[in-house]
Amino acid sequence: MELTLDPNLAAPDDVYEALVAAHDGLTKEESAAFNARLILVLANHVGDAEVIRQAIEAAKPKR
Amino acid sequence: MNKIFETPLYPYTRSADQDAKAPVRHAVAVIGAGPVGLAAAIDLAQRGVEVVVLDDNTKVSFGSRAICFSKRTLEICDRLGLGDGPVEKGVVWNLGKVFFGDRKVFEFNLLPEEGHKRPAFINLQQYHFEHALVERVRQLQADGAPIEIRGGSRVTHVEPKEDSVGLEVQTPEGPYQTDAGWLIACDGANSPTRAMMGLDFTGRVFEDNFLIADVVMDADFPTERWFWFDPPFNRGQSALLHKQPDGVWRIDLQLGWDIDREAEKRPENVIPRLKAMLGEDVKFELEWVSIYTFQCRRMERFRYGRVIFAGDSAHQVSPFGARGANSGLQDTDNLAWKLKLVIDGAAPERLLDSYDEERIHGADENILNSTRSTEFITPKSDQSRIFRDAVLDLAEHHPMARPLVNSGRLSQPCTYDGSGLNSPDALDGPARTRPGSPCPDAPLGEGFLLDKLGGGFTILAIDAEVPESVTEGGVTARRLSVSAKDDRTGALRERYLGDTASAVYLIRPDQHVAMRRPSFDDRQVRAALRRATGSA
Repeated sequence: MELTLDPNLAAPDDVYEALVAAHDGLTKEESAAFNARLILVLANHVGDAEVIRQAIEAAKPKR
Repeated sequence: MNKIFETPLYPYTRSADQDAKAPVRHAVAVIGAGPVGLAAAIDLAQRGVEVVVLDDNTKVSFGSRAICFSKRTLEICDRLGLGDGPVEKGVVWNLGKVFFGDRKVFEFNLLPEEGHKRPAFINLQQYHFEHALVERVRQLQADGAPIEIRGGSRVTHVEPKEDSVGLEVQTPEGPYQTDAGWLIACDGANSPTRAMMGLDFTGRVFEDNFLIADVVMDADFPTERWFWFDPPFNRGQSALLHKQPDGVWRIDLQLGWDIDREAEKRPENVIPRLKAMLGEDVKFELEWVSIYTFQCRRMERFRYGRVIFAGDSAHQVSPFGARGANSGLQDTDNLAWKLKLVIDGAAPERLLDSYDEERIHGADENILNSTRSTEFITPKSDQSRIFRDAVLDLAEHHPMARPLVNSGRLSQPCTYDGSGLNSPDALDGPARTRPGSPCPDAPLGEGFLLDKLGGGFTILAIDAEVPESVTEGGVTARRLSVSAKDDRTGALRERYLGDTASAVYLIRPDQHVAMRRPSFDDRQVRAALRRATGSA
């Protein structure tokens, strides 16, 4: 399977808002822990190690 | 009463070599009478190869050290003639619990598969294990086997030659010279042999210290493996509690890097730590305390001409996963039969290159697993710890995270995929018995399959016509004829046939599959036998 880097969210603004709102009231440390849990939950949902590797590449800082 | 590890079991005695005019030549010398050295010697002696074991000590290992022995090790011990002793003495366990802080976040059951003679793991102090091996050596000697253990004999010089290895042995009565056709160095992670030969041992050092204590107590903790991340009694670190025979418990406490190692070992510092963990009211006695750091590293090669390294001298891993002694026994299991064939001239010397190839493959697998466990247990960066804690937090509530919890991935025997000794897989059979795999056990009538394989090459015929034996280039493979009907549980079918009706397996002396196909084919079996002995 290939990682999709084309738009895939039916309601992008809703998802973005939910992601930001999930951090409301969290300290910096709590936010970092939350992000880690979220990544793990999403990675498990994706399942395919190759797709996850492609996602890691896509998310790396670009020069 | 003296403890078993305080009693000299192979005290120094003068050997005839010391009074000989010229150095006496031995077929094989083994340096180190630990589990790996003794297993190597027993295996060779059982094959009729003359072997002398040299060790500067006279006793079994001090303290429990390796405590977790895997099924594969127990199966190898069956072939080495150790009998039921270790399993009867050992503690069989299946349940593991993982705690994070003061919460239990997860538990696992090894759920041992039915239809194996031996359990998945037993806990047994290394000294008991070594003691059983020494007893087996004594038994072989009584039967006239060519095997000897020389205690108080430290090898101080190793000189590799064209067709032998010269040794200088230091004893309480002075040094003597001897010669070995082959030398197997099983002298541990700090191998003096490796140092004498100036060979590298490279890898990764983990900057951490662990306090390891054997505690004798009458406690009603269950027979389970308990592992804590960041427990209240050892904040920011980890801890392990595991039961051994004789009311002895193994406790590992992570201490961190920047500590005073000598001070931490003193009872006045150890006892309060243990009380904080076990509770103030639990009465216990300290049997052994040690502090270790760990490393994941290996030699570039395990064989240098006639000097062969096995066990910790060749490769070292962190203790999480029980991959030390267990992998060392897989080394000697792999080596002994090959060395026997080479010594007998029945196989070319290059067969020993496959020891290098296969066991380096095994060592790399163990190092990878062990390194990953270590990273999880002792995260090396802030972000690594954030992910680790995230896994543990999720594991309490969601099954998805539990496979990510890594408190040690327990030793599994290595499958030699891609080994030059394998023949191409010609059976549409189960993946677990593809060429290179260690044979899984299965019930067979009143007994078990592995007990019937013996110590040589076997042609396992399952509902297939096969001649009684095949001899090719001086190596004989003997037939073991069975039927899927011999096992009412269906395990034999499931593990060796899958959906096929019949199968013919060529099985190596170390019980790894060399070839498999649906039916006997003389030309193919002979070619496979040549390949499996390095002759093709």
